[in-house]
Amino acid sequence: MLGYNTLVVLAGCALLGLACGTVGAFALLRGRALMADAVGHAALPGVVLAAMLVASLGGNPRALPPLLAGAVIAGVLGVLSVQALTRGGRIREDAAIAIVLSSFYALGVALLSHVQTIPQAAQAGLGKFILGQAAAMRAEDALWAGGIAAFSVLLCLILFQRLRAACFDPDHARVMGLSVARTDLALLGLIVIVAVAGLQAVGLVLVVALLILPAATARLLTHRLPVLLLVSASLGALAGALGAAASAFESEWPTGAAVVLAGAIFFTLALLLAPERGLLPEALRRIHRRIAATESHFLRAAWEAQEAAGAGPGTAGDRWTPIAALAAARGWSEAYAARLALWLGLRGLVARAEGEIHLTPRGAAAARRAVRAHRAVELHLLGLGATDIAGADRLADLVEHGLPAEMATRLLAEPSALPQSPHALGPGAFSSQADTLGDSENATRQNFIVRPLRGREADGH
Amino acid sequence: MTALDFLRLDLPALLAAILACGTCGLLGSFLVLRRDSLLGDALSHAVLPGIIAGFALTGARAGLPMLLGALAAALLAVVAISLVRRVARLESGAATGAVFTSFFALGLMLMEATGARSVDLDLDCVLFGQLESVVWLEAQGFGSLLDPTALAALPRQLFLLAAVATVLAGLVALLWRPLHLLCFDPDYAAAIGLPARGLELALNLMVAAAAVAAFEAVGSILVVAMLVCPAAAIRLLTDSYRAQVLGGAALGAALGALGYALAGPLPAAFGQAFSLNAAGVIGTLGGLAVAGAMLLRQLRIAPPKPAVISG
Repeated sequence: MLGYNTLVVLAGCALLGLACGTVGAFALLRGRALMADAVGHAALPGVVLAAMLVASLGGNPRALPPLLAGAVIAGVLGVLSVQALTRGGRIREDAAIAIVLSSFYALGVALLSHVQTIPQAAQAGLGKFILGQAAAMRAEDALWAGGIAAFSVLLCLILFQRLRAACFDPDHARVMGLSVARTDLALLGLIVIVAVAGLQAVGLVLVVALLILPAATARLLTHRLPVLLLVSASLGALAGALGAAASAFESEWPTGAAVVLAGAIFFTLALLLAPERGLLPEALRRIHRRIAATESHFLRAAWEAQEAAGAGPGTAGDRWTPIAALAAARGWSEAYAARLALWLGLRGLVARAEGEIHLTPRGAAAARRAVRAHRAVELHLLGLGATDIAGADRLADLVEHGLPAEMATRLLAEPSALPQSPHALGPGAFSSQADTLGDSENATRQNFIVRPLRGREADGH
Repeated sequence: MTALDFLRLDLPALLAAILACGTCGLLGSFLVLRRDSLLGDALSHAVLPGIIAGFALTGARAGLPMLLGALAAALLAVVAISLVRRVARLESGAATGAVFTSFFALGLMLMEATGARSVDLDLDCVLFGQLESVVWLEAQGFGSLLDPTALAALPRQLFLLAAVATVLAGLVALLWRPLHLLCFDPDYAAAIGLPARGLELALNLMVAAAAVAAFEAVGSILVVAMLVCPAAAIRLLTDSYRAQVLGGAALGAALGALGYALAGPLPAAFGQAFSLNAAGVIGTLGGLAVAGAMLLRQLRIAPPKPAVISG
């Protein structure tokens, strides 16, 4: 089913995608990715003029090398025009790119319409450069494209150190005696080469996507440059091969669109699912954080209720606490508190009976951690004199959940002991905040009466 | 060339060129001033799937569903670009490039999938523009210009273009001061309570409307030329907001008329059987206009003006 020609074209497109993915990664990191858009569009007049020239010399206007040479010359002219336009500082690079790509392309369109009126059939097959048509590629064309692609990948590997330095730390590169300007020039050259090589398969309108999409996908997945290059190159190759295959089986499909859609699907998946940056994991993490915060609020309220009821230091106490009291302490509705109690019961952190709860040993341990974190932050804020007591309580509610246990330990003066709550100590007594809970039963009890914020008077039995 | 030929073939196309290029030139200034030129590129590509969807859903080549579909696609593209920027932490150019190429590719595929390509929408008209197909065959003479029934048979692209041009010109006049502030001092605009984000969105939708109306006449990529080139050329020559915006529109319209004339009718009038794609010539002229403005700027021996922009 797969003839020699198809196989060669597939391999050529895959190699092309590989090259675009590699060069695209550097182009993206250096902020030059859209230059490929300018180059691709600028190539059109070059291709058309080359075809006209070859035809008028009596050559075969379908031969690829002269067309690609024309495309390279026009592409370089396009790059130079962008640089000339931005030199004054009055026209920004984005405007310059838009001007060059659109006016060069317009010239190409005008020339193309002229070629179509002269009877040499020089225009034959030129249209495929616009949207790409891998199905019309001959093995010879694919070999050319593949060869150019392989060359540019090789060049990337040779220049790896310089490119990396220019992308990540241009100043350092300068100090090391590497000319960033020359590296940039080399990068622009590589962009021109891969964009031109990709013209026939992907088309000039969409060739830029083959540089951006795999590289952007890879960036979502990794921070390390070698891995990024590898992922970007393989995704590019995969997209190229898939697009070419689609075009081989369904020859009406514009290959460029198929290639780009494949790349766009990879990118969308990464955007949604990338472990660190993806939207879905991010949302899950946010939900998880919110649940964890609510859980620790509940557990702390339960612990503090035990303290208020006179349980000894460092123990969970053995009294049952009404859920309604916890709800009142946190300002939750009773139904919500009851649902939380059910959830924590399922997780084995509390035991429930008749509208009352009791911390299990595991629950007590988690509650103790939450209380420690809360009080560590409170005491730290108070020690800084950053806020008053009620404010410290509120602020600690917000930041305590991200606090690792060892950080809580560092914030506390006595690492192993659980400090008493500062609420009862009142203003002017901040120096004794770090007291342990030993003699604080009265203070804590008092706290629940004095404290204005959440009306814990209802607490205790 | 007879007067009748002019009426039937050239007048409608000329009008379409002037309207499309003038509208794009008007809005282009805002893109260039806001350093958002690539948005023109992005929107002119991104509207394609919306247009195709408009076709596919209504099955008709009518103006309104097409316009609505295109606006929806443009809105989606703008949202997608900002989302990609935030999540993938790409610079805005790369994010724009990633989004609009995907949209355009989707549009091309939809074109195949819905069969719109063969039946309703010519791919060439997306890629190259088909000014030459805007013809008014019902014209019987200059009297037809006053004849309601003949006027009703004017090509529908003209009606869409005229309507969009009128609405957009009205909106620009209405939002003259807020847009001025948005271009030069968005922070101040936000500080005095202007709905800056709403304005940005409105501007984006206006560009999308101009892009889709001009789409059929000059093609998607030449919409970019007309959005950016006249505005950039004027930007090189003036610091005045009024001159920038109105000059952009005027230069756009002039380039449209000149380009169309050079592409066929003018050589034909001198007996040359020579015809080029009008949209291509217009876009080329756009590039030349920028190059000319650049030269003019360098040649002009003027004392350095303070870079103060006045309304």
